[in-house]
Amino acid sequence: MDLLELRNLKKHYATQKAVDDISFSIKKGSIFGLLGPNGAGKTTLLRMITGIFYPDSGDIIFNGKKFNPQEDVRDIGYMPEERGLYKKMKIGEQAVYLAQLKGLKKSEALEKIKYWFTRLEMESWWNKKIEDLSKGMSQKLQFVTTVLHDPSLIILDEPFSGLDPVNANLIKDEIFHLAQRGATIIFSTHRMEQVEEICDHIVLVNQGKKILDGTVNEVKQTYKENIFSIKTSEAAAVISSHLFDVVEHKEKQLLVKINEGSTSNDVLQHFINQNLTIESFNEVLPSLNEIFIKLVEGTRATRQFQTVA
Amino acid sequence: MNKTWIIIKREYITRVRNKTFILSTILTPLLFVGLIATITFISVKNVDREKVAVVDPQGILKGNIENAKAITFEFPADVDSSNYKEKGYTAVLYVPADSSKEYRLVSKKQFGLIAEGNLEDKINQSIENNMLKTKYNIDVKELEQQKEQAGNVNINQAYYEGSEVKKGNSALAYGIGYGSGFLIYITLFIYGTMVMRGVMEEKTSRIAEVVVSSVKPFQLMIGKIVGIGAVGLTQFLMWIVLIFTLLGVASALLPTETLQQASDASQQMNGGSVGMAKNAATGFADFKGTMAAANWFLIISCFLFYFLFGYLFYASLFAAVGSAVNEDPADAQSLLLPITLPIIVGIFIMINAITNPSGTLAVWGSIIPFFSPIVMMARIPFGVPGTVPYWQLILSMVLLVAGFLFTTWACGKIYRTGILMYGKKPTWKEMWKWAFRKY
Repeated sequence: MDLLELRNLKKHYATQKAVDDISFSIKKGSIFGLLGPNGAGKTTLLRMITGIFYPDSGDIIFNGKKFNPQEDVRDIGYMPEERGLYKKMKIGEQAVYLAQLKGLKKSEALEKIKYWFTRLEMESWWNKKIEDLSKGMSQKLQFVTTVLHDPSLIILDEPFSGLDPVNANLIKDEIFHLAQRGATIIFSTHRMEQVEEICDHIVLVNQGKKILDGTVNEVKQTYKENIFSIKTSEAAAVISSHLFDVVEHKEKQLLVKINEGSTSNDVLQHFINQNLTIESFNEVLPSLNEIFIKLVEGTRATRQFQTVA
Repeated sequence: MNKTWIIIKREYITRVRNKTFILSTILTPLLFVGLIATITFISVKNVDREKVAVVDPQGILKGNIENAKAITFEFPADVDSSNYKEKGYTAVLYVPADSSKEYRLVSKKQFGLIAEGNLEDKINQSIENNMLKTKYNIDVKELEQQKEQAGNVNINQAYYEGSEVKKGNSALAYGIGYGSGFLIYITLFIYGTMVMRGVMEEKTSRIAEVVVSSVKPFQLMIGKIVGIGAVGLTQFLMWIVLIFTLLGVASALLPTETLQQASDASQQMNGGSVGMAKNAATGFADFKGTMAAANWFLIISCFLFYFLFGYLFYASLFAAVGSAVNEDPADAQSLLLPITLPIIVGIFIMINAITNPSGTLAVWGSIIPFFSPIVMMARIPFGVPGTVPYWQLILSMVLLVAGFLFTTWACGKIYRTGILMYGKKPTWKEMWKWAFRKY
């Protein structure tokens, strides 16, 4: 079942089409990657999903009903890219305050904060102020305040920026944990290696339009270039063939691109016929990073301002 | 509504708990009362009390000169400039033998301004008295009595208000009007700037987007404005209570005699710095007497109204500016100008209105919402409905409330857009567009 569905969402600013007719849906309990270069319209899209902006046209369906920002914010946790906390406020009070704004009662808020602070080993922070925390620590706190009210939809915009590998792993584990417990997570970034590791389903936007939509595997299958890696025990005598082009050639290892009309079995046969011992033979799928660059490159990286009729 | 309340509470509590707030709330009245008390005290103590020996072989002054407040004259036989100190005199005054006016004062120290003035006055007067007596045979004391019998004319200004006749006191009205007008002027700045800073803090610390994903931007803005307004009211009420208590305590501690002396002494003073001390001292001495003459209920309730709605009218404008700028304080300065300008114009109109409370400028200034909080408070002490007819008061209040609703609505829209915009400072044209677009 879909937790969130966007239908033909549009949002135009005076000088650019920030979001231009985007539709996709997100399954309940999945980790969804919203990708795109800087200025692609991701933040605008997320702001519409969180009810900060109203779309010019199009519908947002949340939990089977039309999205109602006033009521549904209780079910959404949003960690924006431009994030921060009150510097002079005590951490405990700040967490209670933000939870109350989400609609939690004070007693509920205290209970949840206790759970999360214990879980992430932050108990001793209660009476400290934000200005006393390091960047990584305040990032952790920011994450806690985002998920404190048990939202069914958690939106994380660049959640790992500024985190060291240890803390990044800690947050990553928490994200998996939350998804296991049924929360749906939208994960927005332009760091592809993280997406590959975490996300089930991705959508790539560029210049306000959706240019890619599918599971990580589907996307890779779509953009694969029939490249295979072959490892042999001794160097092959004949390597040129009409079956494939050699992409890369090391002594005992070959990277080949199989030509149209032939299959991987044909290629394997070609090497077996040379009486070589094949140590490994496998397809090389493109990384998301390569796909991203391929799709985005060529379009202007920073968007040009255009007049909207 | 509930969430706005949570925001109000946070804004209020974090500010009221702040050390600067507590200190300024307690110290300001202490400083204020302390200053007045010190000036009063100094003006009493500072008058030199001198004993002057007069060497007057011709007997021109003897029997004619009166002791002044600061100076006592004596006519000992065996005192001259060599031994006056031992005899306990501060100075010797030589009266010239001929009719020349060369009076010589010998003293080890410089006489104070007041004492010297006293001395000259007294000598002149005694010469005059002496001449009147010898030439026209007029006894000065008798003349004074005659003058007193002829009587003094006092103008008792009275005006009619309904069926009740009230005693007018334009000096008091002037003082109250000026004071409250100025107070509103200052508070508009202090609390307006506080709102702007609060908004800027939320924007630059990047918490605005986190909060507006939970509440509407309008709720955040209103919560901040109301919270800071409540802080202002708290501070004000505490100041009023503290000042009145401290003044009460101080005037109970100081003997009435001292206060009388302060008032008398101050009347003899003149000149720049002395003038200030004079005002304070007289003000303090007159404090109890004059308090009863004003219509305090009307003035205080109008003050609170204009303070509150004047603040609300301007606060959203300050919030809009705060939302539009980034870290750079210089940006805030240039955007603030169009807001501070009407406030400053308001204070100029007020200064004019206080001397001419029924003039055209005063009337219009007290009706237009940009100036009315400051100007109207300068007119109200002169009398409602005498100087300020009811229709003017009501129109002024209605327009101010309407103006507040309008600025809040328009600024709410600027705020909503501005708070999430990073990068360059928007132009006036852009902000205008934000305020008046349909969605």
